Amino acid sequence: MTYIRPAFKHPHLPKNQIGYTAKDYEGSLSTLCAGCGHDSITAAIARACFEMNVQPHKVAKLSGIGCSSKTPAYFLGNSHGFNSVHGRMPSVATGANMANRDLVYFGVSGDGDSASIGMGQFVHAIRRNLNMVYVVMNNGCYGLTKGQDSATADLGSKSKAGSINPFQAIDLASLAVELGATFVAQSFSGDKQQLIPLLKAAMNHKGFALLNVISPCVTFNNNPGSTKSYDYVREHVEATGTVDFVPEKSEILHSQEEGTDKYVEMHDGTYLKLHKLDQHWDPEDRISAASALQHARAKGEILTGLLYVHTGHPDLHDVLGTAGKPLNAMLEKELCPGNEALQEVNAGLR
Amino acid sequence: MEPTNVKNPEYYHKVVDCQYACPAHTPVPEYIRLIAAEKYTEAYLVNWESNVFPGVLGRTCDRPCEPACRRGRVEEEPVAICRLKRVAADNKEDITRFIPRGPFPPNGKKIALIGGGPASLTVARDLAPLGYEIHLFDEQKAGGGMMRSQIPSFRLPDAVLNEEVGFILNMGIHAVFNKRVESLKAVADEKYDAIFVGTGAPRGRDLSDLPGRSEGAANIHIGIEWLANVAFEHTHAIGKKVIVLGGGNTAMDCCRTSRRLGGEQVKVVVRSPFSDMKASPWEKEDAMHEDIPILDNHVPLSFEVKNGRLTGMTFDKVHPVYDENGKRKLVSTGEAPVFIEADDVLIAIGQENSFPWIERDLGLEFDKWGMPVVDALTFQSTMPNVFFGGDAAFGPKNVITAVAQGHQAAVSIDLYCNQKSLTERPSPFTNLMSTKMGIHEWSYDSLVVNDQRFAVPQAPKSETLRDRKKEVELGFDVKTAFQEAQRCLNCDVQTVFTEDRCIECDACMDICPTNCITFTTNGDEADLRTRLIAPAENMSQDLLVSATLKTGKVMVKDEDVCLHCGLCAERCPTSAWDMQKFLYNMAKPASYLPSKL
Ligand SMILES: Cc1cc2nc3c(=O)[nH]c(=O)nc-3n(C[C@H](O)[C@H](O)[C@H](O)COP(=O)(O)OP(=O)(O)OC[C@H]3O[C@@H](n4cnc5c(N)ncnc54)[C@H](O)[C@@H]3O)c2cc1C
Ligand SMILES: Cc1ncc(C[n+]2csc(CCOP(=O)(O)OP(=O)(O)O)c2C)c(N)n1
Ligand code: SF4
Ligand code: SF4
Ligand code: SF4
Ligand SMILES: [Mg+2]
Repeated sequence: MTYIRPAFKHPHLPKNQIGYTAKDYEGSLSTLCAGCGHDSITAAIARACFEMNVQPHKVAKLSGIGCSSKTPAYFLGNSHGFNSVHGRMPSVATGANMANRDLVYFGVSGDGDSASIGMGQFVHAIRRNLNMVYVVMNNGCYGLTKGQDSATADLGSKSKAGSINPFQAIDLASLAVELGATFVAQSFSGDKQQLIPLLKAAMNHKGFALLNVISPCVTFNNNPGSTKSYDYVREHVEATGTVDFVPEKSEILHSQEEGTDKYVEMHDGTYLKLHKLDQHWDPEDRISAASALQHARAKGEILTGLLYVHTGHPDLHDVLGTAGKPLNAMLEKELCPGNEALQEVNAGLR
Repeated sequence: MEPTNVKNPEYYHKVVDCQYACPAHTPVPEYIRLIAAEKYTEAYLVNWESNVFPGVLGRTCDRPCEPACRRGRVEEEPVAICRLKRVAADNKEDITRFIPRGPFPPNGKKIALIGGGPASLTVARDLAPLGYEIHLFDEQKAGGGMMRSQIPSFRLPDAVLNEEVGFILNMGIHAVFNKRVESLKAVADEKYDAIFVGTGAPRGRDLSDLPGRSEGAANIHIGIEWLANVAFEHTHAIGKKVIVLGGGNTAMDCCRTSRRLGGEQVKVVVRSPFSDMKASPWEKEDAMHEDIPILDNHVPLSFEVKNGRLTGMTFDKVHPVYDENGKRKLVSTGEAPVFIEADDVLIAIGQENSFPWIERDLGLEFDKWGMPVVDALTFQSTMPNVFFGGDAAFGPKNVITAVAQGHQAAVSIDLYCNQKSLTERPSPFTNLMSTKMGIHEWSYDSLVVNDQRFAVPQAPKSETLRDRKKEVELGFDVKTAFQEAQRCLNCDVQTVFTEDRCIECDACMDICPTNCITFTTNGDEADLRTRLIAPAENMSQDLLVSATLKTGKVMVKDEDVCLHCGLCAERCPTSAWDMQKFLYNMAKPASYLPSKL
């Protein structure tokens, strides 16, 4: 019996700007079921980090409980990771982010982890505009506990055992738009061409970025009648358009502006290039995003792509006016400024 | 691209790099697995079926398989394919009961084989069991051709050669030794149904025009003649100072033999730069290990003779200059000629064919270089019942090429004797079988080990230089053989893709450790090669392309550095990938392997 990844790699693998190959962003071998959508998403995250030239040690992966929440073990093996308790990933992410604002934060969660037990945490992370990429690997079921319907399972969706889900689904993307999330996107694990640029854009977005990714559970929710199966999703996806992350302003000048192309400037002078398929929708307009989502739902479609983006909104650090430096980069003098400073603080509170 | 036609056996055959490169297409990974399983007899027979002389070749083969070995593309060194073959030969049990033994029911046809080297012996082995009456003539006193007369005993012990030549001669071959054929016409008049010429390339090149050649003749020898004289024990000694001229394997055998016959200061002197020498790297290493310096870029000017005795040679020092086509010219450095002392000189600068015994009025055409006109596929000459093979057909090569050509000639002779078309060659025997046993379980060792190539131990120089017949290489012990065998990547276990099962989940693409698999939109080959996850720059390796999948993409797999680790199949939820063992056996007139070993 052997299930061990060989040490050899392709001898001519391309390197990114900081000299790493895509291999350097891999983690240990996945123990998820063969063909699980979650594995494709982790591969997309690893690829996005490679393409964004991030130092692996400048990334933190945080998760709750579930097959999805296990995945941080399977990508970015050289990054920081914290596997928290069920539904509590946002709290841990908040703490970590407050202590060190210099890392890229990937929150990895499932539909059970976020839409049921962790719902309270999820909405507050959005409300605070915590600077992180929040990935929901959404398979409409509790994969790890053998496939019970989750809160994102669609009304009328059929389980593998044949029962019909009698409840309304929670639409995480609509909810996020409603709550004022500053970056909301939806995608499909089986479409890396769309997913990777979205991840790159989300990584570069300052503020809370939700990526709700439909991710078929091949073992418990890939049956006919399920609305989260490979076949069903492929038949019902409708993309808002394409998105590209443009790191250099100069590149924009070279490209021909088309009627449907739109550039969204990000906080650091980089751009998102949006090629819209639907003229009536404006990704920078919350009402238009909300209505596009409602329209798609009414038509039984799954709307994918970038749905809503709002740059320039203060993130949690801005709101709280925290120090610019991570705590671990401060010296003792800065962390313990002494009695005089303490007296001043106390006086201010009197 | 069009979907790859995997029904053509040559597609998967080409993936098995070593087997494809082997002129006789020995199923290499098959026998390596058998060695790992300690099934040495079976491993030997798999070899014997294909290459006829596993014991000889496991020690002396030119091993074209090794530079082709996939392992060399993912790490430093290929698998020690050749020396593993020797392990099978060394550790096999008595195999006589597995070898077809006559008398075979005669089919009424008579074949003459001229020459008793590996080419002729292969023809004999392939045809005898079909009932052909075979008459073999050789001017040497025993069979084996240059395997006996040229390859020195310290590389190939007589016992090993005798055993394998014996397997064939004992099949009821009528062998006539010490018999030089002086006329093809005379043989043709004997009413043979077909004649095979396997007389090799028996003439060593000379430097007749070099000043001093005739004056020093007593101490100037043609390398291959000298080696034959040593092998047949007519020559027992050589001077203390020896110059060997030439940079090929013959030169290496001459210098190493000289060291064993009394040569103390033996030097190899070669015209070309060291890196351009024809000798295999390992032969050069072995020579240098025996304290034989190799002086490159020295062009011979003259033999120096004093008082009627050879004293040495002078050389012009040169350096290579390459023109825009990469063609090399050796240009004198202008330095004064170099004198090197010598008691004896061995000229080992190449061999030629020579057919003084073939009458030119028989209808057997020769080209302007004096070579017979031979068909490269059928090995038939312009005399329909006369076939050529081995060094006699297309000039000096090596044992495994002689064997491969012997097989082809045997197929042709069999077709010819049955009045069938020689160009409609029989298809190879192929078999494709799943290796899946269960989850994470395959019937081959899919684990890819990280070991570097193991070195074959040698007997100490102090012993081997004292005895011409003492074999230098000791061969792998069975433990090391197992470790070396595990380095094999099992390239014959093919990644077989069934498109209508694929749900395009990308799992295989994501897991593949060497990024062989890409799902993308189709294009022409040149375009596709640039659009894969890892660029497919090795043009000698094919792309496996599927038919269009549901989403409109195709699956493209670059065969180049696939480790045959099976992870793609392991991770595929629908078994769209399967690891299937592909067996390919080149067509021969008869099959030798017992159906159950
Ligand atoms: C020094 C040296 C070392 C070599 N080392 C290696 C090695 O390590 N590995 C390797 O693979 N190859 C090696 N070779 C090459 C290899 O020996 C030959 O390529 C191979 O033996 C060719 O086989 P063959 O059957 O075509 O002819 P040969 O082996 O040359 O056999 C031809 C036979 O025909 C006989 N013959 C010729 N004319 C007549 C006639 N008119 N009548 C009767 N008999 C005749 C000859 O006596 C000879 O026995 C070496 C060659 C040399 C010279
Ligand atoms: C506090 C707590 N309650 C319940 C569980 C049992 N449990 C484990 S995983 C899981 C659901 C996971 O579903 P999801 O987040 O969708 O992950 P998936 O496995 O589908 O990727 C549950 C309920 C638990 N581990 N901890
Ligand atoms: S149970 Fe479902 S979600 Fe969990 S690993 Fe298997 S396929 Fe993926
Ligand atoms: S066997 Fe499959 S996973 Fe392994 S290297 Fe080959 S293509 Fe990749
Ligand atoms: S793992 Fe299997 S089903 Fe998935 S993409 Fe590869 S071949 Fe297709
Ligand atoms: Mg789930």
